[in-house]
Amino acid sequence: MFFWARVLEYLRFAWDALMANKIRAFLTTLGILIGVAAIIFIFTLIQGINKYVEGEFANLGSTTVYVSKFPWVITGNYFELRNRPPITIREYRALERYATYPRWMTPVFESMRTIEYRSKTLESVYVVGCNEQYTETHNTETELGRWFTASEVRSARPVCIIGQSVKEELFGKENPLGKRIKINGFPYKVIGVLEKKGSFFGFNMDNQTIIPYTTFRGYTFNRRSITIALKVENPDDLEPMKDEVRGILRRVRKLSPRESDNFAINQQDMLTDFYRKLTGTSFLVVIIIATISLVVGGIGIMNIMLVSVTERTREIGIRKAVGATRKQIMFHFITESLAISLVGGFLGVVIGILAAQVPLKYMHLESGVSVGTVLIGFFFAAAVGFISGLYPAYKAARLNPIDALRYE
Amino acid sequence: MAENPIIRLEDIHKIYTLGLTQVHALRGITLTIERGEYVAIMGPSGSGKSTLMNIIGCLDVPTRGRYFLNGHDVSQLNDDELARIRNKEIGFVFQTFNLLPRTTALHNVELPLIYNGLPGSRRREKARQALEKVGLGDRMHHKPNELSGGQRQRVAIARALVNDPSIILADEPTGNLDSKTGEEIMEIFDHLHAQGNTIILVTHEDFIARHAHKIIHLRDGKIEDIEEMSQSVEEKR
Repeated sequence: MFFWARVLEYLRFAWDALMANKIRAFLTTLGILIGVAAIIFIFTLIQGINKYVEGEFANLGSTTVYVSKFPWVITGNYFELRNRPPITIREYRALERYATYPRWMTPVFESMRTIEYRSKTLESVYVVGCNEQYTETHNTETELGRWFTASEVRSARPVCIIGQSVKEELFGKENPLGKRIKINGFPYKVIGVLEKKGSFFGFNMDNQTIIPYTTFRGYTFNRRSITIALKVENPDDLEPMKDEVRGILRRVRKLSPRESDNFAINQQDMLTDFYRKLTGTSFLVVIIIATISLVVGGIGIMNIMLVSVTERTREIGIRKAVGATRKQIMFHFITESLAISLVGGFLGVVIGILAAQVPLKYMHLESGVSVGTVLIGFFFAAAVGFISGLYPAYKAARLNPIDALRYE
Repeated sequence: MAENPIIRLEDIHKIYTLGLTQVHALRGITLTIERGEYVAIMGPSGSGKSTLMNIIGCLDVPTRGRYFLNGHDVSQLNDDELARIRNKEIGFVFQTFNLLPRTTALHNVELPLIYNGLPGSRRREKARQALEKVGLGDRMHHKPNELSGGQRQRVAIARALVNDPSIILADEPTGNLDSKTGEEIMEIFDHLHAQGNTIILVTHEDFIARHAHKIIHLRDGKIEDIEEMSQSVEEKR
């Protein structure tokens, strides 16, 4: 209580001094302002993007792995990757037969196809061929109608589940259930409508249609690589499942122990890791820029504080004459230096957050302002203010009162 | 038991080193000032009176010799200990007023109390009383540049008084004032003395020194003469 009363006293001294030189204080703190604004800007921006991206990645499910030809994040030799054999229905059948850990699994055939309904035509619809377990591996549900059954998959029934965009474009307000559409000329019956998906990195997830993979044209001899999605029920089974899947695939492909895998087992965290690395780099760049700005700002504050100490030599003399100790004078000038930099820090936080709203708005993202961000801004400002105030304050504290009083 | 004198100087020497030359500013000052005395220190420039004042005011320490203030040896204290003594025991009044510009009279008077750590409300009350004592009750919220020279010096006197110091040390307090205002300021000192304060004036003007009861004449760093006034101006009136 007593301590805070005293702090308040020094803050008042500092405020009076700042008010006496408003423009000078503002110009001095500009460096801090820019540095803090840069840090806050990038933090807010990245947090906003993070929130979005992590939400998107969550759709992939953390207990699902995706076997495909290429890893999602490509780091190896491009030619080796290119020469890999495609993942085909053969690998899926092997996994279906031998794998014990996966609770759900499905092959995923993908292509862009044309869909027709009466006179309406929709080009480039993302068509997925899979089995009934896709609803589990991909966490997806129907909003209307139903999913196809295992027996429908087995018997290759021409049924389909359409996405929201497909429904709107082809049917409008009409009920699509039971209607017949043509996918690349082949008739399918609509049995369900997917729930609204939104977009995934700009790709419209509602512009898709799902069919039993057994009706996917040429699925048995298709040379285009497919994806196999496998999901465990218990997260602890994830790693054993990956080992098991890897073993089965190596056996099926007759890889010798010297050969490395010619397939990829992908997982959500690969993307999150990659994304983190990417943002980490931009983080670093901004932090470096901001640090330079803060250092320059700090030098500016130190400079102006030295000027201030010289200008106010007489004042310091008076204060010492009436009994201010070295510690009190030190405290006085450090408070002042802190006050200058915290004003800059405050403005920097405000400007940084406001500035980040522009790109976030543009990308249709929510703002990610957090208490942590604001504290970081103030922390940097305070640290710079304190450090650059030390030497001038020390110089003031050491002044000899007799000389200081005589100073003109 | 005899009360300790408020100030006892024993063979005080002060030597300044300016480059290669040494300046012997004080050459053995021995002096006692009792509580409630009204003393003037006089001397031509270069006589060492400023140095002596700085030492008495605990702004500086002697090179040699001992200084007892209120019975405590203060001749070898460090900076911060001296600051504490100045804060509690000494009230300064300077020729050039030495008020903080841009701050009100009240705040200027509060300053020693702030460094004393007194909480806000009591501090303001004491500062207000001190200002009223010097007749500036109605000018408390004025800044120094809104006050006349005489009023500024009154603020400085209020500041010197506010912590109830053992001594009030005035260095040429009327030097920057016209003679009429100077007389008014001297009346305040006389009045403060009458209330029991110990006052030390440093001046080179005889008619100012006449207000005191004892005049110490300095020359070349030594006490040349101590003149006891049978009757001060204050009593002659």
